[in-house]
Amino acid sequence: MTGKTRDNYNENYLSYVKTQDPPTKHFKNCLSAFGVGGLICCIGQFIRFMLEYAGLSGDELAGCTSIVLIFLGCLLTGLGVYDRIGRHAGAGSIVPITGFANSVASPAIEFKTEGWIYGMAAKMFTVAGAIIVFGVFSGVLVGLVYLFI
Amino acid sequence: MAKQQIKIGNTVFFKSAPRINSFAAICGSKEKEGIIGEYADVTLEDDMYGESTFEKAECKMLTNAISLAIEKGGYKEQDIDVLLSGDLLNQIISASFAARDYDFPFLGVYSACSTMSESIMLAAMLVNAGYVKRAVAATGSHFASAERQYRYPLEQGTTRPPQSQWTVTGAGGCTVCEGSKGIKITSATMGRVCDYGVTDVNNMGAAMAPAAADTIMQHFKDTGTQPTDYDMILTGDLGALGSRIVKDLTWEKGFDISSRHVDCGEIIYKVIEDEFQGGSGAGCSAVVLNSYVLSKMRAGLYKRILFAATGALLSTVSSGQGESIPCISHAVELEY
Repeated sequence: MTGKTRDNYNENYLSYVKTQDPPTKHFKNCLSAFGVGGLICCIGQFIRFMLEYAGLSGDELAGCTSIVLIFLGCLLTGLGVYDRIGRHAGAGSIVPITGFANSVASPAIEFKTEGWIYGMAAKMFTVAGAIIVFGVFSGVLVGLVYLFI
Repeated sequence: MAKQQIKIGNTVFFKSAPRINSFAAICGSKEKEGIIGEYADVTLEDDMYGESTFEKAECKMLTNAISLAIEKGGYKEQDIDVLLSGDLLNQIISASFAARDYDFPFLGVYSACSTMSESIMLAAMLVNAGYVKRAVAATGSHFASAERQYRYPLEQGTTRPPQSQWTVTGAGGCTVCEGSKGIKITSATMGRVCDYGVTDVNNMGAAMAPAAADTIMQHFKDTGTQPTDYDMILTGDLGALGSRIVKDLTWEKGFDISSRHVDCGEIIYKVIEDEFQGGSGAGCSAVVLNSYVLSKMRAGLYKRILFAATGALLSTVSSGQGESIPCISHAVELEY
């Protein structure tokens, strides 16, 4: 047993475990992600039509649509519904903007017990922080490419 | 032949046979639906247990399990010499905070999900050596507090992989006393840390199975027994996948435990939603042992049980740094 290092891990065991692992149902997961993700987008489009009908246009229209969707994402998170949707929909409910709202609102609720400042406010971006960092970073990269083309 | 010596290999033998005199278990609403529902002393209607945070709820469950175990044994608080307890949260806060309500001394134990078997073993050692007359061993866990510490915020919409397990909301405790009535603790095997290089934190069953197999086989070797000598070989929270692996691992070495093996995590839930492989957490083995198993033992259904709970000794830091998961299992032999 001695002398076990990171290099001589029990490869046999790990490959054996792989054969025992229950398979992830990729097809079913993709299908429900497509369905739910599509539905969220349809709701977004419907909201957009409604706002357009109410007289908004251009950037205002796009901004307001996002705001309504973010509000709905946060509301459903607070009501404890969004995590249930997410369990079945996977990427279908994570990728749309409602998923981003959920990833900000859920730690805020969770860490509220540790205080408003160091709990809720400071830990609000534990999950979404990564999205923001890489979102901004890839934005800069694309901007630079655009600048030189 | 083995009973003459006090220690063979990694197994210690208790000459005076400390007894489990009373036991108590508290479980959450999800656990109530399963097999242990009718055996648990208290089942929670609401997972907050009337408290403002999940951590407080976990602490309250543990406190009530300890108090109930003491009360059911017909003891008073001043009869207890020491409390051995631990839990899954950082710095074992639930156990420590539960202990502040009592006058007797407290020894904190951390062995992840195998805390129940480790604390029973240590309590039996203390009682057998004559240092204490009565000890309480208890542990518990809560789904929401474990989820927050090890995984994601509760309300976040993430999917759970099919290998994953569901942390049990519940607490269990028992009194370990000298005397001649109750369930005998005859021997205990101290576990070694086993690491077969599993790094997937969602696949605890596969990580912990080698530790369970190691301790169970060590116990057979040290005591000179065979799997068929036991009515039940009870592991803690390997889940369905881990149970298959532990049976394979022991079978490879010539011990066929398949007819005797039961896993607390595998039986605790009627898997309907997303418990997948079954229950996990310190509370899992604690609740099942202190409700269903010990009740049935007392009723005479099982005469001899090997209880080997398993624990994954990881932290969010170690798994974040890419470390594999070292696991441990301690075994306690119970007879009635």
